[in-house]
Amino acid sequence: MTLPRLLWVPALLGFAVIVLPVIGLLDRVEWARLPALVTSDAALSALGLSMQTAAMSTLVCLLLGGPLAFVLARSDFRGLRVLRSLVLLPLVLPPVVGGLALLYLLGRNGFLGQLLGVQLPYTTAAVVLAQTFVAMPFLVVSLEGALRTAGERYEAVAATLGAGRWTVLRRVTIPLLLPGIGSGVVLAFARALGEFGATIAFAGSLQGTTRTLPLEIYLQRESDVDAAVALSLLLVVIAIVVIVVARPRAVEGLR
Amino acid sequence: MKRMSVLLSLLLIAACTSGPEKREVTVFAAASLKDAFTELEKSYEASHPGVDVRISFGGSSDLAQQIVNGAPADVFASASPSTMDTVAKADLIDGRAEVFAVNTLRIAVPQGNPKGIRTLADLTKPGTALVLCAPQVPCGAAAKQVAMAAKLTFKPVSEEPDVRSVLGKVAAKEADAGLVYVTDVLSAPGKVEGVDFPESADAVNEYPLALLKKTGQAQLAREFAELVRGQAGRDVLTRAGFGPP
Repeated sequence: MTLPRLLWVPALLGFAVIVLPVIGLLDRVEWARLPALVTSDAALSALGLSMQTAAMSTLVCLLLGGPLAFVLARSDFRGLRVLRSLVLLPLVLPPVVGGLALLYLLGRNGFLGQLLGVQLPYTTAAVVLAQTFVAMPFLVVSLEGALRTAGERYEAVAATLGAGRWTVLRRVTIPLLLPGIGSGVVLAFARALGEFGATIAFAGSLQGTTRTLPLEIYLQRESDVDAAVALSLLLVVIAIVVIVVARPRAVEGLR
Repeated sequence: MKRMSVLLSLLLIAACTSGPEKREVTVFAAASLKDAFTELEKSYEASHPGVDVRISFGGSSDLAQQIVNGAPADVFASASPSTMDTVAKADLIDGRAEVFAVNTLRIAVPQGNPKGIRTLADLTKPGTALVLCAPQVPCGAAAKQVAMAAKLTFKPVSEEPDVRSVLGKVAAKEADAGLVYVTDVLSAPGKVEGVDFPESADAVNEYPLALLKKTGQAQLAREFAELVRGQAGRDVLTRAGFGPP
């Protein structure tokens, strides 16, 4: 289909709104100091922690959000629509609200925190939990969409040929779904990597334990704007690598 | 009657849009000045009919960055000389920045002081969840100074990016103690209690105020600065917990 030419104008403007700020950031980078700034102790520690926690929260998202997507896409019960909307809550809540909610649930005065008797705030586990909270919907939504697009025909055929429920899931549904899983994983990872508000509110900020790259950037801008910009660039590069390189492969490569 | 009200609203519109009556002074002020400056804004507006004081409160370094990047401010009241220097280096200050108040550290504990904290050394006791500001921000630098003066090593569970986050963690009882400013303790009555310690005298935080260039309201800005530095300002600032320069 050929598009009306006029559509290009708002389309390009929309693209500019997204891309121009990044160019503004590039313009502000102190290239001479860049290598030193992104390899400082604090920067490397924050980068390492960010990669670790984002990987772990993506895994948790997959283990819990995957089955959740299956339930949302394939089952039918009263309240399913409400459930589906509630899953989207972290997308519309400001992350800092999510962090406060986690704090009041699992903090030392939160009812679940008291019930379990664990001290979660100020730990790396709290960072993972905060990231899982904000990233989960990305995985669930993209997986659920993929499940709906794939339809149930092949599953029905497999079932008529005598395959049990687990066999259908393992041999038919999941292989068909791999591109969707890949794209959901990449989105969840990217969101977890950029997480700030929920982390600072729930986990606090301590180098090597809870201070991820976004928290380090927020702190550095107080004292050294060049360092904050350099670390922002690092985060942008990682994010671009993740979404540009990994995502199309995950979506298209396996077709 | 209807015609009357139309006439009245036309008059009102005219009053709102006509030139000299509507004047604005824009003040950028450190977040810790919120209570004091809000009160001073009211008394300034009462003595300057037709003048609207607009105050933007925020972290001093954020405000300094905004000013350097062209934000329209007439007055800048910062919580640290170093952030004021950022603006001064960009050659945006009219005249010189002058210190108008000082703030000192105080230990904040949750209401009732459950861990029985009495001294600075109590903050290093095992099992005490201590929250500080990160050393990169003024309150964290001050915390480092008092620790050095008292020859103590703090092991905080978190180093927050600003002092209000420290206060929030203590008020929510997620921390047993935090080092904040005297003014922060006074701003959260019923939630946190303050514990004074003699070493706080080793880290006095100065608040400079400056008039900015490129302002269309130099005279009004000057009068606001005079109010802050004068006796009325002194009284309001003292009540909020600030010390004299």
